[in-house]
Amino acid sequence: MSDVATGMQDTAEVTAAGRALIACPQCDTLYFEPEIREEQTASCLRCGRVLAAPRTNAYLRTLSLSLTAVILMIGAVFFPFIELEAAGLRNRTSVLDAILAFSSGLMLPLSLAVALLIVLIPLTRLAAIVYTIYPLARRRRPFAHAATAFRLAEGLRPWSMAEIFIFGVSVALVKVAGLASVSFGPAFWAFAGLVVVMVLQDNSMCRYTIWKSLEQERA
Amino acid sequence: MSVHDMEVAGTRARLTTARSQGLVACHRCGRVHAAGTGRCTRCGGAIESRDAASLQRVWAWLLAGIVVYIPANVYPMLRTATLLDRDESTIVGGVIDLFQHGSYAVAAIVFIASVVIPIGKFLAIAYLALGIRRTVVMNAHQRHRLFEVVEFIGRWSMIDVFVVAILSALVQLGSVAIINPGIAAVSFALSVAFTMLSAQSLDPRLIWDADEEPV
Repeated sequence: MSDVATGMQDTAEVTAAGRALIACPQCDTLYFEPEIREEQTASCLRCGRVLAAPRTNAYLRTLSLSLTAVILMIGAVFFPFIELEAAGLRNRTSVLDAILAFSSGLMLPLSLAVALLIVLIPLTRLAAIVYTIYPLARRRRPFAHAATAFRLAEGLRPWSMAEIFIFGVSVALVKVAGLASVSFGPAFWAFAGLVVVMVLQDNSMCRYTIWKSLEQERA
Repeated sequence: MSVHDMEVAGTRARLTTARSQGLVACHRCGRVHAAGTGRCTRCGGAIESRDAASLQRVWAWLLAGIVVYIPANVYPMLRTATLLDRDESTIVGGVIDLFQHGSYAVAAIVFIASVVIPIGKFLAIAYLALGIRRTVVMNAHQRHRLFEVVEFIGRWSMIDVFVVAILSALVQLGSVAIINPGIAAVSFALSVAFTMLSAQSLDPRLIWDADEEPV
């Protein structure tokens, strides 16, 4: 363990051999910063967490997928995603209606939560990611507070629940199937597309590369 | 996809941690700093070698999650009014209804998402939190795996809340059928959120510390 310890106290992240260090965020295992090529993946030897996974054209890919997601989100929110017909009565529901369904009395907090989890948080994340990556893709200096924006995007990640909503729709469909005839509206397909695009977007981002370049471009 | 071998900073035989080298690592971006640094220079977030208040927050959120899970099961989740009758169904009641209608797959999904996952999560988080101070059956690798599963799967419990939201928005057919959310929907959503916060409060590096041989 004393291989790297000598003379490290004052230079912190640089070893005696002049090589930068990186620690696994999950288990604290110490590594030399990887000299990693595109399309390679580096993971922690102890806990298996992916430490770096740079991809070719990652910034451009992330940017275009983020913009695609924003456009799909607009369609998914405003168009009806389910149509229901029973005894001559007809009801079309958009995501907006699903959110507003709770807008009275005790259920107001719930409607706020649904709005946050399936629309506002995903949109905030997308905006923060575009804000962070756009200057990096053009090889410019990052915008002010880009690190804060990207930290926000990463912190909100578990709270973005669009993909769970899609499964909720399917369960709801089965529940009303006996009561009325139901059909999918255009927004359902927009939402399904959105989920796929967001997974692709998430996989195209290498956190390690983004943090590294934010730090370097700022200096 | 090719794999890049990480170059270990310790000896080949044994991995070393940032803490044992007198360093503080950022749990967001992995940058390493001298001990005593309070803020990461790369991502700007607060850093600590180990989150000292981690266990306190884990237990506090977990307790809150368990407490609100009780009304979530006692009170109705859905209030249905059709032409002929009114019906209030709890989480488990809804699962039984689905089962009796022959929708076994969907009944299973709702049962797993609203009963099995939440209760499993309470137990798993408590087990992980206990395992940090005491010796438990699973080793660090298995407990870390369990932690990853808990973090990944916890969000999916929210599915039932969305089902209630969609149904209440969709089924507003005047006198034929109207579905409204019950109070249990709120407490169930809170329970899921609290347990997610509980899992997020757990500093996974603590799981590995006990694994380490004394330096």
